Amino acid sequence: MSRVLPLLVFTALCGLLGFGIWWNTHHEMTEVPSPLIGKAAPDFALPFLLEPTKTLASKDLRGAPYLLNVFGSWCPTCQDEHPILTQQIKPLGIRLVGLDWRDDPEDAKRWIVQFGNPYDTLVTDRDGRTGIDFGVYMAPETFLIDADGIVRYKRIGMFTPENIRDELLPKIAELTARRVPQAAR
Amino acid sequence: MLPELGQFALILALLLAFVQCALPLYGAWRNNAALIALARPVVAGQCVFVVLAFGILTYAFLAQDFSVAYVAQNSNSTLPWYYRFPAVWGAHEGSLLLWVLILNFWTVAVAALSRRLPDVLIARVLGVLGFVSFGFLLFTILTSNPFLRHLPALADGSDLNPILQDPGLIMHPPMLYTGYVGFSVAFAFAIAALLGGELDVSWVRWARPWTNVAWAFLTFGITLGSWWAYYVLGWGGWWFWDPVENASFMPWLVGTALLHSQAVTEKRGSFRAWTLLLSIFAFSLSLLGTFLVRSGVLTSVHAFASDPRRGLFILVFLGTVVGGSLLIYALRAPKIAGGKAFAILSRETLLLINNLMFTCAAAMVLLGTLYPLIGDALGVGRISVGPPYFGFMFALLMIPVVLLMPFGPLFRWATGDWRAALRVLRPALILAIVAAAAAKLLIPDLPLRGLVGVAATLWVGIGIALYALKRWRDAPAGRRYTPEMLGMIAAHFGVALFFAGVLITEATSIERDLRFAPQETQRIGGLDFAFRGVARVQGPNYRADEGTLEVRHDDRLVTTLHPQKRQYTAQQMQSKSDIDPGLFRDLYVALGEPVGTDGAWSIRVYVKPFVRWIWLGGILMMLGGFTAACDRRFRARFSVEDAPAATAASPARVPA
Repeated sequence: MSRVLPLLVFTALCGLLGFGIWWNTHHEMTEVPSPLIGKAAPDFALPFLLEPTKTLASKDLRGAPYLLNVFGSWCPTCQDEHPILTQQIKPLGIRLVGLDWRDDPEDAKRWIVQFGNPYDTLVTDRDGRTGIDFGVYMAPETFLIDADGIVRYKRIGMFTPENIRDELLPKIAELTARRVPQAAR
Repeated sequence: MLPELGQFALILALLLAFVQCALPLYGAWRNNAALIALARPVVAGQCVFVVLAFGILTYAFLAQDFSVAYVAQNSNSTLPWYYRFPAVWGAHEGSLLLWVLILNFWTVAVAALSRRLPDVLIARVLGVLGFVSFGFLLFTILTSNPFLRHLPALADGSDLNPILQDPGLIMHPPMLYTGYVGFSVAFAFAIAALLGGELDVSWVRWARPWTNVAWAFLTFGITLGSWWAYYVLGWGGWWFWDPVENASFMPWLVGTALLHSQAVTEKRGSFRAWTLLLSIFAFSLSLLGTFLVRSGVLTSVHAFASDPRRGLFILVFLGTVVGGSLLIYALRAPKIAGGKAFAILSRETLLLINNLMFTCAAAMVLLGTLYPLIGDALGVGRISVGPPYFGFMFALLMIPVVLLMPFGPLFRWATGDWRAALRVLRPALILAIVAAAAAKLLIPDLPLRGLVGVAATLWVGIGIALYALKRWRDAPAGRRYTPEMLGMIAAHFGVALFFAGVLITEATSIERDLRFAPQETQRIGGLDFAFRGVARVQGPNYRADEGTLEVRHDDRLVTTLHPQKRQYTAQQMQSKSDIDPGLFRDLYVALGEPVGTDGAWSIRVYVKPFVRWIWLGGILMMLGGFTAACDRRFRARFSVEDAPAATAASPARVPA
């Protein structure tokens, strides 16, 4: 038995890896359910990218819903998503918080200067710990968090006009219907 | 025309790899001398064609042939000639070709240096290596052909990622690949022994120097990678537990266990199953690393562009190689434990603990790396684990290793005397405790990690020095140290330096983000940093803002640093920090951004004590690996009466 054990363990490992490939090809990567949905967003306190001496705490964001967009200057998809943030998300009037993830803040600043800043607030998570709290495993990822700090929706990968229309807008509408509409900013 | 020749050479190499695998293995089974003798010439033939293909790809880079898609994607006309070499292996296709090239070099080396070994065994070893080569060549040709044309040719290429334009990258991948591809030799020996049903363990002695050399290269490759990350990535970290780093670290951990296990099997005949399994695991983890990096199953900041077809191919190949070898192991592994008996207190037991700890550490890293995938499979969502998990778990698993390491050489085989060993080690123990206490008194706010660092370094470092001293006193001149023993002493001493580097750096570095006005001076860690402004400079394929900082200690100029922010032509920015290296502390300065309009800049300043010792330790470990591989005993002539643990072949060996 003990001589067959390594083979059995390895077969299980192969099964897991095969599952990984199958998952990547047959699943839209963006359909991964987040265990955070319906729960309070993890607390964080992170320095602002442009003013590193000041920090933003998650509770400062309470009071109105916001989108938390995880990005990095090293991430090509984030660059692709950038015009969509500027042209389609900004007009929605919801606060857009940028979380610069596992990135050199200096590179991130260059990135912002080069492409423009779509964010209302921009904080930096250099060692990626807040990203881990949020269960981020790739960038870009976006969380819709309501006025009480509860995660309502998560998007993995870049936004497209279709999923803004079909997924994000209804979720935002739900939030505003539930509460008395407030000034977005 | 040339790129087509390159592709043709690859196809010929593939066919020869098939021959190299099938015929000698069949010949060894049927005992057909002609087929057995075929192995060596075919190895040489395959190597010629792989070298040809690699040479043609390199030439395409040097000659800037942008009609080859791979060249156009990874180079451009302003790339200096010396970075066109690393550009060859800067992306997936070329690095795969490098993998195959290095595998061929190892195979040729085995074929050339094994004349004294039985032909049947070598035919099997080369056959197994041929199978690995066949798989990788097929993979290259079917899914990742580096010679594909892009017609019409592009006027210019898109550029090599600036982060890769660095002297470190010229060396890092070849060394790393030489290391983990080298484990294929130990693997091939193990499989050949299983196939042949070898009853003795003489194959272990022949495999040992190969494992040592591969391990030394891997150590060097990882050390270079860490050093490169430290000065290129611009924020002073030296290890990130990134999936790609883990992919090279897992084979290293298992390889370390394998080195020790092989020593036991060779000398005492015990641990046969361990040695067989670790040989299979070390190479399997190299293959698994290749899979993880290239399949897109895990996302990493520096993974290669992924493609599910590639992932599937490697998975099938991995399944065949590893599943096949484990099946052979299950069928043919020795059914009874061999070797000489040993007591609970003995060197064997210590090495068994070593095997267990390193294997567990590799399993722990594997689990952490695959964690997001496991989360998916169990339907709880993807969750990544990061440095906190790895750091804590790894430290936990290494505690027994650190505590027991100095005892290893001092214990005898079969039965050890812990009182005698402790008597020898007493000075190390006392010194470690006294020094930690003194450090606590001198620097009251030194964190626990720093204290542990001081104590562990002295315990391990002085412990091994005491062993060297004991040999010097006890053994007659001329037979005091065998190369194997010297290698062990160097490597273990390297471990001590490594501990000093890691724990002291982590505990005491100073990291500051500061705003410097022109001509402003600020005091950091007892040194005065004076900012002398920023100027524009022009490099071969970039322009840069270059800052100047003068560092003074008590008005004496220590150094002048010039950190840069580089703008490469293809719209990519790269920060180039400047470092004043020192044995006891590094000064590390990275240029940030202009702040305001008065010429002030934000500048990141690190003072990192003992950080060099991390890599110094790595280099000593590497030297230890190479030295041990030179031992004459491994080159002892093969003879029929050469029993597994024969002493006749090695008069210089003294049980210690």
